[in-house]
Amino acid sequence: MSKQPKVRKTPAAIGVAARDPAWVRYSLIAIALTFLGFVLVMPVLLVIVEAFRDGAGAFFTAISSDDTLSAISLTALAVGIAVPVNVVIGIATAWAVGRFRFPGRSLLITLFDVPLAVSPVIAGMTFILLFGSQGLFGPELTELGLEIVFSPPGIVLATIFVTFPFVARELIPFWESQGREEEEAALVLGASAWTMFRRVSLPNARWALLYGVVLTSARAMGEFGAVSVVSGHIRGKTNTLPLHVEVLYGDYRFSAAFAVASLLVLSGVVTLVLRKLIESRAHSD
Amino acid sequence: MHVKRRARGLPGFGLSLGIGLSGLSLLVLFPLSLIAFKTAEGGFDSFVSTATSARAISSYKLSFGTAAAAAAINAVFGLIVAWVLVRYPFPGKRLVDAIVDLPFSLPTAVAGIALTALYSKTGWVGKHLTELGIDVAFTPLGITIALTFIGLPFVVRTVQPVLEDLDPQAEEAAAALGASRLTTIRRVVLPPLLPSVLAGFAQAFARGVGEYGSVVFIAGNMPMKTEITPLLIMTKLEQYDYAGATALACVMLAFSFTLLIVINALSAWAARRAGGA
Amino acid sequence: MGAAASFAVGAGAGCKSSGSSSEILNVSYDPTRELYEEINKAFAGARKAKGAVEPTIKQSHGGSGKQARAVSDGLKADVVTLALAYDIDELVTRGLVKDDWRTRLPNDACPFTSTIVFLVRKGNPKGIKTWDDLANSGVEAITPNPKTSGGARWNYLAAWGFELGRSKDEAKALELVKRIFKNVPVLDSGARGSTTTFVERSIGDVLIAWENEALLATKELAQGKFDIVVPPVSILAEPPVALVDKVADGRKTRALAEEYLAFLYESEAQALAAKHYYRPTNADALANAGDTFAKVELFKIGDRFGGWADAQAKHFADGGTFDQIYQPK
Repeated sequence: MSKQPKVRKTPAAIGVAARDPAWVRYSLIAIALTFLGFVLVMPVLLVIVEAFRDGAGAFFTAISSDDTLSAISLTALAVGIAVPVNVVIGIATAWAVGRFRFPGRSLLITLFDVPLAVSPVIAGMTFILLFGSQGLFGPELTELGLEIVFSPPGIVLATIFVTFPFVARELIPFWESQGREEEEAALVLGASAWTMFRRVSLPNARWALLYGVVLTSARAMGEFGAVSVVSGHIRGKTNTLPLHVEVLYGDYRFSAAFAVASLLVLSGVVTLVLRKLIESRAHSD
Repeated sequence: MHVKRRARGLPGFGLSLGIGLSGLSLLVLFPLSLIAFKTAEGGFDSFVSTATSARAISSYKLSFGTAAAAAAINAVFGLIVAWVLVRYPFPGKRLVDAIVDLPFSLPTAVAGIALTALYSKTGWVGKHLTELGIDVAFTPLGITIALTFIGLPFVVRTVQPVLEDLDPQAEEAAAALGASRLTTIRRVVLPPLLPSVLAGFAQAFARGVGEYGSVVFIAGNMPMKTEITPLLIMTKLEQYDYAGATALACVMLAFSFTLLIVINALSAWAARRAGGA
Repeated sequence: MGAAASFAVGAGAGCKSSGSSSEILNVSYDPTRELYEEINKAFAGARKAKGAVEPTIKQSHGGSGKQARAVSDGLKADVVTLALAYDIDELVTRGLVKDDWRTRLPNDACPFTSTIVFLVRKGNPKGIKTWDDLANSGVEAITPNPKTSGGARWNYLAAWGFELGRSKDEAKALELVKRIFKNVPVLDSGARGSTTTFVERSIGDVLIAWENEALLATKELAQGKFDIVVPPVSILAEPPVALVDKVADGRKTRALAEEYLAFLYESEAQALAAKHYYRPTNADALANAGDTFAKVELFKIGDRFGGWADAQAKHFADGGTFDQIYQPK
């Protein structure tokens, strides 16, 4: 199932719909907006209102505290590693799957979506089973003095897992439907495979790729369940921003918790805006 | 000029497939396979007794039940939202269209504390509901609301493109033949949308079953009553009961896998129907 | 390729932390957040005053059972300050803590103690006075989950022990605890979560709580909204501390960690404990606390139960009495 950047057309159906009686139109619009308002808008508003409950000064103290700053840098680390890793794997897989036909292709596509269907708690648990002291590689890691779980690397791995398919999911439909004339022309003109890829395939795919990157980043920043399992909840060290929100909540520092949460809301809005921008750029291309 | 002609057309198959498969195996398949191993280690009997214990079954009923309810709510309202967004002009439509994607961008924990605060007995909405005798937070109703939030974009975003591509001529023909608007909607418009609604439902359902961060704040976490399966897995982990945790994880994985195949099949069906419409 | 990058980062992070011997991790249970924040500052100040290297103490908090699990899975705690001895004994069976840990520090390795009391809404509208009242119909009681929280296990055993002391009848004790838990609408994973549920979310008529959490709620979180009801009999809750030998030796932090644990018994830390509503074991600090701590008849776990190993096996392990309470009829 793909979620390509949508090319929005003005449907001719609007003309047909204009014949729906006004009361039907208004009631449906009202229902839709009320639903969205209750389920979507109010929680977001609440976060912002609660964030400033103790005033702007408290807000800024909360978001600039040492623990918050280290949570920001840990989140940035997780995003900074997860995105490139999944971009490389995603581009590779999308190329193989989108451009070629081979036995097992559908299975591969389905397997790629597995991280999306797996509960985050299970994702985190697999890394404990792998790298915890009692885990598969536990004794070796202890001997080498390496810490993976309960330490930033574990958080990075969990983040890579849960954001795994996003880039591929955007690129696969793109490369499935994109014509290959430009690439073939490049090859005929003597370009090497790598040059063809670098200068024709990737640039053509840039909007789908960017869209995938934004989705990956948004999910990476917001992941909670998987990271919660592998983090040690060490304040100032293994707490990402969402975990830090939970910690503050438990410390009774509610307005501080909502203050940090509002940072995440802000990042969510930013990624949303970026996605819309990319969609409209892709459209105008 | 040196002409390169490859027998298979485009280059790079081997390398890209290699990278893709390695990444998938190392980072996804191998870790997940441990779940199966650990469960097998615990023995079949232990697996069965954990997976079918009263507490586990109660958690499946809750997780799957609330996820299904939430997905159903999203199917109905998501269809309305998609309809309204595609067919009716109104002020602020572009903004509304944009915010539908917000649950994808918002961290689940933030959604969790916000919804809990909103629907608790002292919350903005909760206090009015309590007066009416309806408790939301810490009940299955609260879980359903959290999952509705999480799954909201799925139905809307799967139905929208199909709705947009729907040919109005079919509707006009029906109207010309004398069908009432309601009949037209029921028999001409909705049927082609059904596959995409179902696909969206299935995706929202799959997402809701495994959801942890947004639910764990608003669920009551009472065993046998308001304990979702991911939380039960967490609890078992925290008790050193790895065999039990992996047994439940196996059940969930089996379900997720099946659902994934169903979703892909439904999406393919939707794509074919949309192409034909 | 990505995995290699992650390993490199891990190696870096791993090596960095094992080289430094002036940073230690204190893995603690849920409610001690504010307490250790202050104690750690005091400790750092005391060392600095002596001219020693200023130490960094990192904290992690969560339900006691949950934290113990994390440590046995590899969370590199130099010291653990948990809610009950069983959780530390678990670490002994994993080879992380030496089995003489109880005798290495005074008072069975407990620098302070606490007990279990009831927090009720102002005016005590439901008239809660003793453990029986928690089982009344129409009363909603809040407690964390005994499977993950140390405080919840103390709560459970306090109620059980109360009935045992009264009637010496195990069946009656099971019945009382069963009726109490029927009145519990929500189980948080840690004591702090339960306090939040009761105080912030206004769920429940009574919170079965650590004395220190109850005092915190009435004196700081929400003055004037709650009353504390001290039951006539309660359990002496003894949260112990221990050095995690394997980690401390591996990270060469043994000396610093031992100094830290010893510091918990000194007057400065004991005064801070009293300030945060933990009963200090230091007699002077206790006297200085005046009437902060109510007089309660307290029984120890050893008095009415065979000690933690027995209690854990009988009540909280799979199939134990707690699981029985949740079986469908």
